[in-house]
Amino acid sequence: MASTDINVGTHTHDDHHHDHHDDHHEELNFFTKYVFSQDHKIIARQFLVTGVLWAVIGVAFSVLFRLQLGWPDESFPILETLLGGWAEGGKLDPEFYYALVTMHGTIMVFFVLTAGLSGTFSNLLIPLQIGARDMASPFMNMLSYWFFFIAGVIMLISLFIQTGPASGGWTAYPPLSALPTASSGSGLGMTLWLASMSMFVVSSLLGGLNYVATILNMRTKGMTMMRLPLTIWAFFFTAVLGVLSFPVLLSACILLIFDRHMGTSFYLSDIWIQGELLTNSAGEIIEGGSPILYQHLFWFLGHPEVYIVILPAMGIVSHVMATNAKKPVFGYHAMVYSIMAITVLGFLVWAHHMFLSGMNPFAGSVFTLFTLLIAVPSAVKVFNWITTLWKGNINFTPAMMFSIGFVSLFISGGLTGIVLGNPALDIGYHDTYYVIAHFHIVMAMAAGFGMFAGIYHWFPKLFNGRMMNANMAYLHFWVTFIGSYCIFWPMHYLGEAGVPRRYFSFSEFDFANGFADLNIFISVAAIVVFFAQFLFIINFFYSIFAGKKMEKLNPWGSNSLEWTTPIVPGHGNWVGKIPEVFRWPYDFSKDGHEITPQTTSEKDLEDIPAVKRIPTR
Amino acid sequence: MASEETLELNKKDWGGGKSPFNVSYGKLMMWYFLLSDAFTFSALLISYGTLRMSNPAWADPNKVFNAFPLYSGELPLGFVSVMTFILILSSVFVVLAVIEGHRDNKAGVAKWMFAGIIGGIMFLGCQAWEWNHLIEGASHGHGMSINHIDFGPGTENYPLSFAHLFFLITGFHGFHVFSGIVFNIWAFVKTVDGTFERRKNNYEMIEKVGLYWHFVDLVWVFVFLAFYLL
Repeated sequence: MASTDINVGTHTHDDHHHDHHDDHHEELNFFTKYVFSQDHKIIARQFLVTGVLWAVIGVAFSVLFRLQLGWPDESFPILETLLGGWAEGGKLDPEFYYALVTMHGTIMVFFVLTAGLSGTFSNLLIPLQIGARDMASPFMNMLSYWFFFIAGVIMLISLFIQTGPASGGWTAYPPLSALPTASSGSGLGMTLWLASMSMFVVSSLLGGLNYVATILNMRTKGMTMMRLPLTIWAFFFTAVLGVLSFPVLLSACILLIFDRHMGTSFYLSDIWIQGELLTNSAGEIIEGGSPILYQHLFWFLGHPEVYIVILPAMGIVSHVMATNAKKPVFGYHAMVYSIMAITVLGFLVWAHHMFLSGMNPFAGSVFTLFTLLIAVPSAVKVFNWITTLWKGNINFTPAMMFSIGFVSLFISGGLTGIVLGNPALDIGYHDTYYVIAHFHIVMAMAAGFGMFAGIYHWFPKLFNGRMMNANMAYLHFWVTFIGSYCIFWPMHYLGEAGVPRRYFSFSEFDFANGFADLNIFISVAAIVVFFAQFLFIINFFYSIFAGKKMEKLNPWGSNSLEWTTPIVPGHGNWVGKIPEVFRWPYDFSKDGHEITPQTTSEKDLEDIPAVKRIPTR
Repeated sequence: MASEETLELNKKDWGGGKSPFNVSYGKLMMWYFLLSDAFTFSALLISYGTLRMSNPAWADPNKVFNAFPLYSGELPLGFVSVMTFILILSSVFVVLAVIEGHRDNKAGVAKWMFAGIIGGIMFLGCQAWEWNHLIEGASHGHGMSINHIDFGPGTENYPLSFAHLFFLITGFHGFHVFSGIVFNIWAFVKTVDGTFERRKNNYEMIEKVGLYWHFVDLVWVFVFLAFYLL
């Protein structure tokens, strides 16, 4: 690694257009430094730690309902200890089962994989990798976290109220969600769910506007768009997706709130309850609304949302993979245009979640076309990851392991997406465990792996130059990787047999009874994977305070700018001037140098004698 | 050789080290926020379209909006024309304030901002009168509320959806007007106390709140189109 130190930011420039903060700062007390901080690195930590705590809750919920699905006839006294009246005699209450699956979905999609993933790494990496002192508006950035925090507090409160949290599924379809009397979770729980989501939309908007403006406006000298790390490209389009799709969810929520509390009927029409037609307070029949309208509005966010979840993971994986394979990322331009294509197409496919809603079959065929088209940029990315690895000089760091795991999961889950994108096949597969298997592998697990890769890779930048324990990380990887396949692969078989999702128990149905053993297998795997995550949690919190200090500035041999900052960067990130950039971030193994940082100018290269290519270890 | 290329690159707009559009981050963010807010309103107006198409009948705006304050006869769309004119005029005033800002004329900025604020408040007042008139009339056969719609004989098939959408969308727009007035008042105060003058950036904040104000005006054009014209 003799070539690692060929350059340390000799070329710098004045950051004339953002002179409002530099590395000298006024005295901060504990509150302004760690709580109401405007430093993007601290805000990134806040998002990450909050995201990890929510992940524990969200995943624990899945274990609780897997107990029910695996052993429907058993009773677990521990459940009564944990849940009290929701599990009398150790048997999960069916109403609460729905609350658990609803909360599992909401928490994992929004709080963990949106705020925890994109919130953490956009905040950490955008200023560090483009060469900026902080976000365009540090104050709005702080607000973004605190709105997320409020959203979290409201959701947490909803878990403890007497009628239970929202239980109409994470999609909150009306009329179940629109009629407070429809189920116990449709009452106060649903109200709090809507309030929480509205706060979350505000948080996402404040964050997204900041990310877009920062990336466009505040790149350091020489950092052209085509010299941006792929992480930044991914965060950029994630923010674009969020800024344009979350407002539609807000509209959907507003209409739903009015239907629930003001007596309107945007989503309601001719509702019969116990033989009586529902009327409003003036005695008129509630009619004229359309529940399908809600589905359109919801999925206009809901589908881009899966790309909001997966794009940051893709960016992280691309960057980590090139860095650890010591090879330029294969097809950089193709990668950028794929992200762009996924973003555009991602807005045009929402109705493939609604093939069976009674929509016009012609519309269905249009959405099928766009859905299948998304496979093209996705496949381009997969081939580029594989070709980046090809003949690379690979360091199997924990982050690299999770990146490779990501590609595996993305392929496995992506292929079933092509199956589900066909309306004819969807007739059989919709609302079965096949769908559960598909989206958990391609979106949930893959994005989770991207998040783990990011945490293991950038942990030293997040937490004062401390490293996580690699051996625990490897163990965590293997159990999680094999375990994920054990949980979700068998679900394809259940789905092919037509076993429906969201059922409390299958013991009444002969066709599903044959899968009782398989369900036990899935539940056991889920429990093992759940406990394996404590390898990560312990490692994470232990390393924050007592992890090994990193020995050099650039532990993974990366070219990008974040590793040119001090081990413990101040609020302004760089001491003195911001480094200038002369090349893209993927000049690996070029002219005999293992790495050539972005700050290396052509003149620097001439000054340094070419060393021999470093042989593979 | 490559370093010369880099030097060339730095002069270009996208070469880093400066804003590619030559605008401050604040103005950029305002534009993206407006784009985002446009999606919010689009979703509401598309909901309007969906429900209108799925309802067998729809209200005739000439029958619904035909009242005028202090005038007992029928004047279809008369009052809303006045409202719309006031709002557009208010937008013009804010444009004038921005122009004065570019000239660094504090008194001019303050004058036109004040006029713009008055216009906004008048628009909200008009809306309040219209809502009040419609809701009051609901029980007397010439109005609508969220629970009831009745405009006399021949209007029995007017769907309640019309009332729901009207109150929700004009209300949501009215809320935007209200927040715009709050921003404008804040900008007016900061102009008068000299804060913007000291920033020496040609009253950019006036331009930013102005963007929002024009957006609210533009949205009204679509709301007007949907409920009063079509």
